[in-house]
Amino acid sequence: MPAETAETVEAPLSLKDRFTHGLDAPICLTWELTYACNLACVHCLSSSGRRDPAELTADEARRVVDELVDMKVFYVNIGGGEPMLRPDFFDLVGYAVERKVGVKFSTNGTRLTAERARRLAALDYLDVQVSIDGATAATNDAVRGAGSFAAARTAMDNLAAAGFGPFKISVVVTRQNVEQLDALDALAASYGAQLRLTRLRPSGRGVDSWDALHPTASQQRQLYHWLLERPGVLTGDSFFHLSALGEPLDGLNLCGAGRVVCLIDPVGDVYACPFVIDRQFLAGNVREAGGFAGVWRSSDLFRSLREPQSAGACASCGSFDACRGGCMAAKFFTGLPLDGPDPECVLGHGETALASLDTGSRPHAAIGHSKVGVDGTPVPVPTPVRFRSPART
Amino acid sequence: MLAEDQDTQDIEDVSDEDVDELLVEEVSIDGMCGVY
Amino acid sequence: MSTTEAPSPVAETAFAADRAWRLNPQVALRDEAFGALAYHYGNRRLVFLKSRLLVTLVSSLADYPSASEAVAACVPERSHAAYERALARLAASEVIDAC
Repeated sequence: MPAETAETVEAPLSLKDRFTHGLDAPICLTWELTYACNLACVHCLSSSGRRDPAELTADEARRVVDELVDMKVFYVNIGGGEPMLRPDFFDLVGYAVERKVGVKFSTNGTRLTAERARRLAALDYLDVQVSIDGATAATNDAVRGAGSFAAARTAMDNLAAAGFGPFKISVVVTRQNVEQLDALDALAASYGAQLRLTRLRPSGRGVDSWDALHPTASQQRQLYHWLLERPGVLTGDSFFHLSALGEPLDGLNLCGAGRVVCLIDPVGDVYACPFVIDRQFLAGNVREAGGFAGVWRSSDLFRSLREPQSAGACASCGSFDACRGGCMAAKFFTGLPLDGPDPECVLGHGETALASLDTGSRPHAAIGHSKVGVDGTPVPVPTPVRFRSPART
Repeated sequence: MLAEDQDTQDIEDVSDEDVDELLVEEVSIDGMCGVY
Repeated sequence: MSTTEAPSPVAETAFAADRAWRLNPQVALRDEAFGALAYHYGNRRLVFLKSRLLVTLVSSLADYPSASEAVAACVPERSHAAYERALARLAASEVIDAC
């Protein structure tokens, strides 16, 4: 019989440890159905706008759902682009929920008519998440485009009128909307909805807008304390880098990319997560012989992510256990090494690292599927905020 | 790596609080980073 | 519904071990090497059962007239109390419900 001391009794690994090593199937995953979008949000993580001609067909999409059923993936987070622009949107969502794959879809609300809200209300295993980035049209529309706030509010009104029940309002926290957290909380409460705040990553079009939009260090501390006092506000565990400030926030406090979650993109490419749509984080494609399951289980990228990760420059930091070096997307798209501090490291190590970077090491936003103007650059959202120009040193 | 028979060894003499951590752990479906 | 409402806390009321229990029909149980993941489609809760023995116990609960008899049949005696407390936790999370 083993002695009952902490050193000799092997406790089972915590959930966190288990998940770090990866699971045989994702717990849930993000599925971007289309790169088509009728908005042009300045920070779009997927650089969406134009539909890709090689989008998965309706049949291929159903095969993906079949795989998720086999793998017992509990829940899929559908987005895009604007997923309701897919002609087979309702067919596909219906196909999934009939097979008890839970669906939460993220929408700008522009296509969420009263009639569609009623259709959605009749579906089981379905959640809806409406995206806004401010409590007022002024703040929101500066990043999402004129009229986008009003459209989102109409969608919310439609869901409420249809008796949908609690939906989610999803907000990316920016320098400009941190002061509106209480107002956003009140807005959600007014609909009986659940507020969800997520971290802005410098991904997609966000590469260029991140400098102007990301919260300041002081605002991050403010956000952290605000969240601690409100366990009912969802975060998708996206602020785990803030846990170095003290008591950890709710959630696993770890990066799930390639371990318990991943992204399937509109053309079937599988990435570690929706915030790293880049060749370096591409694991494979669902159209390969082994399908999605083959990619999840055998891709070199995911195998390497499931190995212990090097702390690198963070190894000697007392807070590393709490923050685990932060977000790889945040590091990658600001030009920082992956084994080092997060650009928003709460101890300031990220700022120091950024300051010592060569001017050439920051990536520029790829065009991706952004709609482009006659000069070949992404169509900008009219905004008074000035963004980093490519020539900045 | 845990042996398969760890089940019966690992919960000997555990206190009430330890049960929570050793046998049952809950996490929010929204509680893992990397999804929308 | 207030958005600032905390998720309902795990109730620590006495677990009715003399009653018959079963895996909640709204719960999907997914085996893992180390136990199982249990996802409740109604309340969206995700619970990790961290031993294969606990998974066996939960899966066979409905075969017994009471939870305590299920525990007595499936679990070594020295662990009875711990596994009964685990069942209480699962009941509070609605992973199991009374038949």
